[in-house]
Amino acid sequence: MAMGGAGPLLQRLDELARPAVTLAVDGQVVTALEGDTVLTAVLLHGAVLRQSEFGDGPRAGFCLMGACQDCWVWTEQGTRLRACSTPVTPGLRIVTLEVPWPRLG
Amino acid sequence: MAAPRVIVVGAGPAGTRAAEVLVAAGLRPLVIDEAADNGGQIYRRQPAGFRRRAEALYGTEAGRARAVHGVFSALRGRIEHWPQSLAWQLRDGALQVERGGRAHRLEFDRIILATGATDRLLPIPGWTRPGAFSLGAAQIALKAQACAIGRRVVFLGSGPLLYLVAAQYVKAGATVAAVLDTAPASARRAALPLMASRPSLLVKGAALLWRLKRAGVPVHHGVTPLRIEGESRVTGVVFRDSTGRERRLEGDAVGMGWHLRAESQLADLAGCAFDFDPVSRQWLPRIDVDGRSSVDGVYLAGDGVRLAGADGAELGGRLAALAVLQDLGLPAPAGVDAAALRRGLARMERFRQGLAIAFPWPGELIAALPDETLVCRCEAITAGQLRRGATTLEAPEMNRAKAFTRVGMGRCQGRFCGIAGAEILSAARGEPMQAAGRIRSAAPVKPLPVAIELETP
Repeated sequence: MAMGGAGPLLQRLDELARPAVTLAVDGQVVTALEGDTVLTAVLLHGAVLRQSEFGDGPRAGFCLMGACQDCWVWTEQGTRLRACSTPVTPGLRIVTLEVPWPRLG
Repeated sequence: MAAPRVIVVGAGPAGTRAAEVLVAAGLRPLVIDEAADNGGQIYRRQPAGFRRRAEALYGTEAGRARAVHGVFSALRGRIEHWPQSLAWQLRDGALQVERGGRAHRLEFDRIILATGATDRLLPIPGWTRPGAFSLGAAQIALKAQACAIGRRVVFLGSGPLLYLVAAQYVKAGATVAAVLDTAPASARRAALPLMASRPSLLVKGAALLWRLKRAGVPVHHGVTPLRIEGESRVTGVVFRDSTGRERRLEGDAVGMGWHLRAESQLADLAGCAFDFDPVSRQWLPRIDVDGRSSVDGVYLAGDGVRLAGADGAELGGRLAALAVLQDLGLPAPAGVDAAALRRGLARMERFRQGLAIAFPWPGELIAALPDETLVCRCEAITAGQLRRGATTLEAPEMNRAKAFTRVGMGRCQGRFCGIAGAEILSAARGEPMQAAGRIRSAAPVKPLPVAIELETP
């Protein structure tokens, strides 16, 4: 089996009978399920959560228990949130590709 | 006299059992926990709306998980419970807590820290790539999100959790490419006399291996992990097997971990003394047999201090609560026998020593990492930078190395690079690991929201 490509990182195994929640990831509408974390929602649609600030490539979280701090993402409004411990909420808009610097002045 | 104010930090097995004993003695403790619901990491609960049974979530530990959850549910209304709250500083007899964007300064008479543990990690080239997760993360994805971390998962590391999570993945219908254990098969035989202190766990371990075997999952002992491959995401794992042959496994995800690393930042901030524990090869807060730290009023229980696992955490939580009651001059509740709890913990301590022999921490692999390996995920500091810091810049211990190289200065505060960093530093200087010391904790122990409001009393 060839690995890699553009498919999602995470794979759902169970608990499919939950109400849908829509959010936006890099401007694309993404459907998640109630109870998903932001990290789960993003990584069920792709393999990147954020870019390392040090240019060493993409990251997709690591510990999932709020300890490694490797999953902080930004909302389009410029708020930071820890993706592994934030449940999705309807209308949430996340960016993974580019950090939206807040406009000053 | 006003009732004594007792705080318990952590609502996992240790914190739950501590609160249970305090309540039985007539107190009303405040239980502070980061998670939305109780259970800690090991008995973490799935979100509302998920319907799987405990057996599907916790496997062989379903009975214990149910019991701990049941105890906590019965405590509701008799304790104050602050979920989703971050205890971020502990000094001068007060705990600083962020709860829902508000800052609270909480004074206490006694505090029990049951802050748990994370995975202990060995960095290998490629471990920052999307698809590489900690073992705990692989388990949390399954337990709390009903997801596998990939289509074809390689499990890498050592320790009981390695086999437990791999077997849970098989049972849940995920594809497990292989289990790669850095411990040689011979180590387990050497550890048998100590591990025989808990025969039921040996039986559980054998059952896990049998499940993996039946599912056709290859298990390799005595491997040397070389690298995780893939540019934008994980595509495979390259390792050297016990015969020295280099091999490559296809996979789009890796779950990796080597036992546990105590979360001990609050104890450190409180000024508790630490000792180097040669069994787990990490610095742990110093406690007496019941969990009293070196600082008056501060008690410790669970994997944040003993690393005896979830069962040991339950015993330690009860013992710490009994110590609190004794020091407050209050009688112990009926039916909680300190002597029996101490005997139970002593047995678990023997087992822990056996585990450390059976699944040893491969510090020598870290010392041999290629220079370009990222050690610090937060600040992207490499093994080579650390080695240069250790030798040319004369950094004899981790805090100096942190100042010179920024290792451990990032958002995780050295949780995932501190132990590996100490191995690299000490090896580069030809000294034992304990000579590298440990990174001093700093408040806040985790990032706080920029705007927190001060709660005025």
